Amino acid sequence: MKLTHLIPLLGLATAAYAAPQTFDFKDPKGVNNAIFKLDAPLESINGSASSITGTVVFDPENPGATKGKIIVASESLTVPNPMQKEHLHSDKWLDVTKYPEITFETKSFANVKTVGNTTTADVTGAFVLHGVTNEITAPVKLTYLKDKLSARVPNMNGDLLVIRANFTINREDFNIAKGQFEDKVSPTIDLSLSIAGASAK
Amino acid sequence: MRKILLLIAALVLLIAGTTWLVTGANRGWTKTSVEVKTLDEVTGIEGITYQKKFLPGVDFLGAAVVGAGVLAGASFLFRKQNKK
Repeated sequence: MKLTHLIPLLGLATAAYAAPQTFDFKDPKGVNNAIFKLDAPLESINGSASSITGTVVFDPENPGATKGKIIVASESLTVPNPMQKEHLHSDKWLDVTKYPEITFETKSFANVKTVGNTTTADVTGAFVLHGVTNEITAPVKLTYLKDKLSARVPNMNGDLLVIRANFTINREDFNIAKGQFEDKVSPTIDLSLSIAGASAK
Repeated sequence: MRKILLLIAALVLLIAGTTWLVTGANRGWTKTSVEVKTLDEVTGIEGITYQKKFLPGVDFLGAAVVGAGVLAGASFLFRKQNKK
């Protein structure tokens, strides 16, 4: 076989290896979570959301081209105090009946740096909360775990993608009780997202 | 009757205070569930689940103080028994 015949084959193999993969973030183990913290002068509120879904298209050879959408079910937002949780879900705050989803959809990546299987970048995208869409930029860390799906979900082969992001939003930007109760409910909300998605083979 | 109400008021305060101290002296609001963290060793993600547990907070103490106050106040509606 001539070398010229091998080149297209090599090209095909490389293309197959570098093809973008779709990662599904519906977590069968239930560990995916988003933590929120509000630290007001009179009260500190900490809670988490667990019902997280969405898909992300990730190319290990080109992490900067990552695209996707992550969806958090508003009703899954939980705080340890039952009355606080009731208030949080009510129409005075998040109105989870009217706005059942909190979403983030990527638009672009900047400052992409990859070391080993870990990529850090600043992701810009559309964040939808309480029915209001705002463009935000947040630092994100993507960890690509090749062939690790079977270690997490027996009888399934494939890869994992772990996404971690920490960022701060202002509830007033999302029209949530604007200018009200600022001594008890902080206007700024610290968010921390830790999620893993699977791409089965 | 007066003494009984004062005694109940003192008991309410004592039981509420002891319960609050024994359960960890939570200085926040009362919680009916607590966070339990589990580590997913493959991804390194700390999962959060909630376990049902009653953790009285400062509102619980406040309610006990108010309750004891009402009982103590009510005791003054009853006359002191004069010893002859």
